Amino acid sequence: MAEHYQLKCRECGKLWGNQPRSFCDECLSPLEVVYDLDAIRPLFTRKNIESGPTNLWRYSALLPLPEDYKATIPTGFTPLVQARRLGKQLNTTNLYLKNDAVCFPTLSFKDRVVATALAAARRFGFQVVSCSSTGNLANAVAAQAAREGFDAWIFIPSDLEAAKVVGTQVFGAKLVRIAGNYDQVNRLCSQIAEKYRWGFVNVNLRPYYAEGSKTVGYEIAEQLGWRLPDNIVCPMAGGSLITKIRKSFNELIALGLVEEKKVKFFGAQATGCSPISDAVKRKLERFEPQKPATIARSLAIGNPADGFYAARAIRDSGGWAEDVSDPEIVKGIQLLAETEGIFTETAGGVTTGVTKKLLEQGYINPSETTVACITGNGLKTIDAIQEEYTLTPAIEPRMTVFESFINDRMVAVAGN
Amino acid sequence: MEMKITVEIPTALRRFTDGVQTLECNSSTLPDLLGEIEQRFPAITKHLRDDSGEVRRFINIYVNEEDIRFLGGNGYKFQDGDRVLVVPSIAGGAPEDAWG
Repeated sequence: MAEHYQLKCRECGKLWGNQPRSFCDECLSPLEVVYDLDAIRPLFTRKNIESGPTNLWRYSALLPLPEDYKATIPTGFTPLVQARRLGKQLNTTNLYLKNDAVCFPTLSFKDRVVATALAAARRFGFQVVSCSSTGNLANAVAAQAAREGFDAWIFIPSDLEAAKVVGTQVFGAKLVRIAGNYDQVNRLCSQIAEKYRWGFVNVNLRPYYAEGSKTVGYEIAEQLGWRLPDNIVCPMAGGSLITKIRKSFNELIALGLVEEKKVKFFGAQATGCSPISDAVKRKLERFEPQKPATIARSLAIGNPADGFYAARAIRDSGGWAEDVSDPEIVKGIQLLAETEGIFTETAGGVTTGVTKKLLEQGYINPSETTVACITGNGLKTIDAIQEEYTLTPAIEPRMTVFESFINDRMVAVAGN
Repeated sequence: MEMKITVEIPTALRRFTDGVQTLECNSSTLPDLLGEIEQRFPAITKHLRDDSGEVRRFINIYVNEEDIRFLGGNGYKFQDGDRVLVVPSIAGGAPEDAWG
């Protein structure tokens, strides 16, 4: 093969070359991109990576990109910050946050997967790109399609947050609101993808799209000084991200960029939509689908496409999964904001709440290095948290009025 | 009165049904229905079920837009006129003829 990658069935192993296809005709199982690591070894070195651009394209050698692909969107390479104040509250000293709440251009980790998906869309000659989405993916596809000159058709459940709806429309994308939940939207899209010659990033381009998630893992390892953490806490919707971070670590080990380590993976879900954490906790071989009922709409996938693999990755790694209630999600958002100055969306509230829970339960050793993945931005889910805050009446712009105001406030605070 | 349900076969499996897209069946449960389909199109069997005889992990069955697992799974009794959809859970892939 000309390229160092191609599609392979995850179950029966059949090779499929490169084409817009997500499952194997033989056993209907998902396809995944596999690489010729020996051919890539001389290219994917610390030195080459460090001299690359400060975005996810520095890892191009291990992404499924067409030859001579010229990327124009400088996405990824988000901050990895040590969470000292949050760590102190949770009684751990080595807690880090991978902050994709500030991923470019649409403030979620979905910017990464769309970057690799659109490279594939270009390669296969699609003019229309599309997706089913709980919101963040919609924003990412719409924005990058605008920049790259694709037409975008976006399918969403009709009850999405206003910021995610406007944050899709503003880019000129065609928005189709479906009266149903994400799982119903996704099923419709799989039927549409059979009839229309569209590049659905998370349907027929899914194997290429999912590879973009690996860059979260590459970055974590590089930003820790080319070493792996002991634990990863990762939110789960479709379940793809957690499996891809694990794949990225295994590739780094195989290519000798980091020392071998058995990283434990911990999955985070909202209790109101927790098919994967439920399967892990009850040790089920197959997860049971659920009807989502949670404020964490970006994680509200009741029939997760990669749920089986996510649960297996967690089990095999020696990790665990947990879920948190809606009030715990809100508290998680506030805790992260108040201790670290990071405003995350509901999914980040899930990750923070679950990290707290796993530390309290003893599943995570507080002396080990733990990275929690914050995947989205709080400005997109204001409605989930707005009721927690009240506005004081506006005061006159006069010093005397302010002093009386602050005196009242001080009395109120002291009274508490 | 004889009960009739219709079953829609996904593109990926139509090569095992002689290209037939919609089947009329009269089974009353999912296990019976799989048996009925397999009796008519034996080549489809190993693509629908795994070695233990269960529906493959990555195939979803819907009845009138609802996942059959929410309706009782193997225990669900089909109603006359039910529309059954067989969909790969990681679905997608345009029809071959769209690719030239």
